[in-house]
Amino acid sequence: METNETLEARGPKKLVLYVAGETPKSLAAIKNLEKICSENLPGKYVIEVIDLKKSPHLAREHNIVAIPTLVRELPTPIRKIIGDLSNSEKVLVNLQVSENE
Amino acid sequence: MTVFEGIGKSRTGIVGFDELTLGGLPTGRPTLVCGTAGCGKTLFASTFLLNGARDMDEPGVFVTFEERPSDIISNVKSLGFDVEQLVDQGKIYLEHISIDPSELEEIGDYDLEGLFLRLELAINQVGAKRIVLDTIESLFSAFTNPAILRAEIRRLFDWLKDKGLTTIITGERGDGSLTRQGLEEYVSDCVILLDHRVQNQISTRRLRIVKYRGTAHGTNEVPFLIDQDGFSVLPISSLGLNHKVSDERISSGVEDLDAMLSGGGFHRGTSILLSGVAGSGKSSLSASFAAAACERGEKAIYFSFEESVDQTVRNMTSIGTDLQKHIDCGLLHYVAARPTFYSLEMHLAVMLREIVRFEPSIVVLDPISAFMGSGEQPEVQSMLLRMVDFLKSRGTTAVFTHLMHSQAGTTETDVGLSSLMDAWILLLNREIGGEFNRELYLLKARGLSHSNQVREFVMSDRGIKLLAPYIGDGRALTGSMRQSEEARARRNEVERRAEVARQAERIKHRRRKALAQIEALQAELDADEIELNKVTDAEDMYLEQSAMDQQEMEKSRRVDG
Repeated sequence: METNETLEARGPKKLVLYVAGETPKSLAAIKNLEKICSENLPGKYVIEVIDLKKSPHLAREHNIVAIPTLVRELPTPIRKIIGDLSNSEKVLVNLQVSENE
Repeated sequence: MTVFEGIGKSRTGIVGFDELTLGGLPTGRPTLVCGTAGCGKTLFASTFLLNGARDMDEPGVFVTFEERPSDIISNVKSLGFDVEQLVDQGKIYLEHISIDPSELEEIGDYDLEGLFLRLELAINQVGAKRIVLDTIESLFSAFTNPAILRAEIRRLFDWLKDKGLTTIITGERGDGSLTRQGLEEYVSDCVILLDHRVQNQISTRRLRIVKYRGTAHGTNEVPFLIDQDGFSVLPISSLGLNHKVSDERISSGVEDLDAMLSGGGFHRGTSILLSGVAGSGKSSLSASFAAAACERGEKAIYFSFEESVDQTVRNMTSIGTDLQKHIDCGLLHYVAARPTFYSLEMHLAVMLREIVRFEPSIVVLDPISAFMGSGEQPEVQSMLLRMVDFLKSRGTTAVFTHLMHSQAGTTETDVGLSSLMDAWILLLNREIGGEFNRELYLLKARGLSHSNQVREFVMSDRGIKLLAPYIGDGRALTGSMRQSEEARARRNEVERRAEVARQAERIKHRRRKALAQIEALQAELDADEIELNKVTDAEDMYLEQSAMDQQEMEKSRRVDG
């Protein structure tokens, strides 16, 4: 377990943002997330944006219902944040849950 | 099947439901199926979907928000659906959408485009014509923003309608409304309510079409059934009174009874009621109807609500009727079930299904009065009415037995069925002179002239016999009264005959005497005759002599003179 944690602590972790096309909500979410990460969590996360309109099977695979959905798989527990991420404080609280322990 | 113009219907394949709705659910529109927990919503929806995929070439998508697909597969497997095979053939797709609210945080505006994309993917994958959402209400526990949810659900239904998918949405029954989340306001085309009620500790399932736009539909509650054959809605009757009638006669298995009807036996396809008090021979007579049918090579079903098959077989053997051989060769189907085992509707459904499967020419229900405990009288009556109608429409002869608690009011049955019956045989058990004797009376037989006599009903190891009663002195007697009366009559007859013989002898004797007298008198007469002749002869001779003497005298005087 220890090695895992050190591994996690070392590299930047992946945040996946699921959107569907270039809707205002999706664009707002992408913009907000990039801003939060660069201002508050530099280097900790890399952001991957997946357009489900182009690959809908990923919605099935990752059990996505609401759009936009931000998924942080590591560190556990898995967190899912839905919405356009317009409240950066809440986003931060949710992303930092385990790190503050 | 009538399909109204403008509304296409998609058959559900649910027995009875397609008839009820004149064709099924509205094609390309959403239907809401709501009801309390455990009322069969999911089963209804999955039956609709699986039947469509398997039998009607309409592939479908099952979207489950609650149960796992493996549970659904195993649930319907017991009903004969091989979902795995249909999935492999690409006719069914199971989409499991589960959302764990604990791992979900809502920040800002969102929509359910992901759900739409997943549905679209699934729909395109199988080319779905039907879709089931079971139950979309769980979304309300996953997402906290009801405004977004409602807008999205409305959009979803419109989207499904645009895609032309025949949809079933299930919904849990809420307090004072059809569904907890008011789903009915989004579904305007067809709403079906399922209900599961327990009365007298017997549960009954009922279905009601609350709304069906564009179709004339009954708003009555219709019983339905879930058993090993799946979901079936029971025919509500009434099939009308246009069934065909038959002039063919069938034997009751009791020769003497057949003989009481002019022409011999009852009409085929009629309903015959046997009513009587306990121990009056109802079951034996009804079994004899069934046995007679089997003897003719016809099939018979015996529904017993009081006795087991072994008991009936043994009892009938004691009066010389072997039911076992008919059961063994498959002509007699014996179904025993306690009345309280099912609800009335369930009983009816089970019976109708057995009848449809077995196709008997005669059906025995022994006794119908057993149902009185499991329902209110109007329910029992309506159930039996449906049974009678059903059997009549099939031209099946029906024999019902009914236990009467008293012989006083013999012109009415508890269940008010007497007017439905074509023939009514009354079995009595009457005490006369310190003994009980069974009696049989044909109270009515529509379309048959019949004996008005009360017959003595005698069961022995040689079968059932109906003895003509002793009729004399203006009354009919049975049992030992009949026997003693017959003996007395026999004695009287012997005496009377002896008396007649004596009288005849006396008269003969007198006649002989008279004849003798006649002979004596005749002899006297003859003697007198002879005497008379003698006298006459003497008189003649005298006169002749005197004439001669006169002549002589004259002669001698002339000589002188």
